[in-house]
Amino acid sequence: MAKRKASVITSGCVACGVCANVCPRGAISIYRGCYAMVNHNLCVGCGLCADACPAGTIEIHVIDENGGANHES
Amino acid sequence: MNRKKKHWYQYLWIWSILYFALGFFNILFAWLGMIDFILPLIFAIVGGNKWFCNNMCGRGQLFWVLGRDLKCSRRKPAPKWLSSKWFRYGFLAFFLTMFGNMVFQTYLVFSGAESLKKAIKLFWTFKVPWHWAYNGSIFPDWVAKFGFGFYSLMLTSTLIGLIVMVLYRERTWCTFCPMGTMTQGICQLKNKEK
Repeated sequence: MAKRKASVITSGCVACGVCANVCPRGAISIYRGCYAMVNHNLCVGCGLCADACPAGTIEIHVIDENGGANHES
Repeated sequence: MNRKKKHWYQYLWIWSILYFALGFFNILFAWLGMIDFILPLIFAIVGGNKWFCNNMCGRGQLFWVLGRDLKCSRRKPAPKWLSSKWFRYGFLAFFLTMFGNMVFQTYLVFSGAESLKKAIKLFWTFKVPWHWAYNGSIFPDWVAKFGFGFYSLMLTSTLIGLIVMVLYRERTWCTFCPMGTMTQGICQLKNKEK
């Protein structure tokens, strides 16, 4: 079954922490003040973070069973 | 933010409003804004993190309260160049230059070359009379001069933040906030050392 997961384009991340604040699962943390990091075990792909990110640097990907990621906008 | 336990520091948006209110009545309160300058740097230099930005920034929280909770934001993606490296560091350089100029203006009053003018300057251009906020104190004039200058800087940057909050996403200001750029830069440098 395909699952939706948030993923961060780290080069564009400003590490403001908005995503971590809105995440209802506590799945996002700011790695050493450099960029946001998503814990894929906790992420349910709801997209709240992507919707709030002021830099527009979070995308929701569909990850299928085989582990391959397909882009979905 | 919804079901999670609320911490005291999640109410610091009140401090943001209080700061401008206090400075309206007495410009010396503008000095308190230095806390917002020094604390994030301490977090970044000592802790190597952006915990201040992430959890304590009253301005960011204010934009969130106004933009999300009170629906004052269009919540549209901001243009990419606003969060690009060259714009972020360019804005930081501009901001630091203006900060330096403000310190120099304070020095001119300190040295007696200039007299104290009771006005603030918005967007580094528009003079606004602010004489009610200062009627002399036990401190020398340069202390008040720094207050007027610093208050101008804080008010101007908040206004810019409010404009981009309305136009784009709630915390669009954070993408090019000079403090944010500086602290992230410090964290990245610290991270490379390890």
